[in-house]
Amino acid sequence: MKTYDAAVIGGGPAGITAALYLVRSGVRTVLVEKLSPGGQVLMTEDIENYPGFPKAIKGYELVDKFVEHLAAYEFDRMNDEVREMTPVDGGFRILVGAEPIVAKTVILCSGARYKRVGIPGEELYTGKGVSYCALCDGNFFKGKTVAVIGGGNSALEESLYLSRLVDKLYLIHRRDDFRGAKCYQDKCFTHPKIDVLRSTIVDEIVGDPFKGVTGVKLANVKSGEKSNLPVDGVFIFVGFEPTASFVPEALKRDKNGFVITDCEMLTNLPGFFAAGDVRSKNCRQVATAVGDGATAATAAHAYLERLHV
Amino acid sequence: MAIQVTDGNFDSEVLKCDLPVLVDFWAPWCGPCRAMGPIIDELAAEYTGQIKICKMNVDENSASPSKFGIRAIPTLILFKNGEVVDQTTGAVSKSSIKDMIAKKAL
Repeated sequence: MKTYDAAVIGGGPAGITAALYLVRSGVRTVLVEKLSPGGQVLMTEDIENYPGFPKAIKGYELVDKFVEHLAAYEFDRMNDEVREMTPVDGGFRILVGAEPIVAKTVILCSGARYKRVGIPGEELYTGKGVSYCALCDGNFFKGKTVAVIGGGNSALEESLYLSRLVDKLYLIHRRDDFRGAKCYQDKCFTHPKIDVLRSTIVDEIVGDPFKGVTGVKLANVKSGEKSNLPVDGVFIFVGFEPTASFVPEALKRDKNGFVITDCEMLTNLPGFFAAGDVRSKNCRQVATAVGDGATAATAAHAYLERLHV
Repeated sequence: MAIQVTDGNFDSEVLKCDLPVLVDFWAPWCGPCRAMGPIIDELAAEYTGQIKICKMNVDENSASPSKFGIRAIPTLILFKNGEVVDQTTGAVSKSSIKDMIAKKAL
């Protein structure tokens, strides 16, 4: 069984930064990523708020730069998903695909993924009209009618992106007020292709097995009035959930499942750090993920030094 | 490397193939597809002679994706004797693709 000083779980901005800092400090590191590096940045069209790119940068271009930066350093990389993590004597045993490894410290950077709403038809029609990625699937709805569910930044941003492709877009939000940034709200509310349906929930996504999604059943939460809306697709942006089904049970998490850390990214388990979107915090951005990764790697390095004394 | 298939040769390369065939429907503008690309190529090397692994660019080919009702990518479809035996949408790990192949194709 291979043993390491540090295992970084996840190859998004937090994991890439953590690995970079650890390797540069001479720590024997493995970077585990289930797909290829990048994480959710790959689902973002333009990144306009990461310093150093005043004209914005495409998500995949930023990832290419991150990967190129790391390519110069020699360390182990494993390309599969973590299935289980258990605290053992001297660190943590991590099952990667079918291969177990042991690491003295772990930096969990496994990120977050879009939450499901949990309504009938959602799972059945995923990939057949239900989507969680406007950038991936928007092109299938050129000139068509779609519904977007959500009220935060993602829902607004993705609606604006989709409005360039679709003929008509219904932005459906269960509350009257939107949480998303004012600048996105203004653009959405005045957009000729976007109709905003407030205080409205989707009860069910309907369709047929061959054609996929054909519409949504709506309910107004104030009046109780029910209605049917024919749409060709439903894009869902109702928040995030952590990718952390495999972490040790003893790891402390908040009520939404995000991992609780101190300001040095240390969790309640000695030697176990968390960084980036998987961590319990308010601001989930590339800039904060990178900062978390550097902080966690520095703290993990100090932890290893203390172990070796 | 996975074999790039088109609407033109989908019938002969995929549906009439003697081996089970896994097709990755992708597009260059799709981030999760980019994330899966290298894994698909690794699988193509690992399963040489057992399973044929193909990629179809949905940007350049629309007939086959629409025939199989694809409206999200990446979508993986596993074919055996010209029939769909399994299907998954969204970026998935190498182990879960191997599980799908072991259960449905080998």
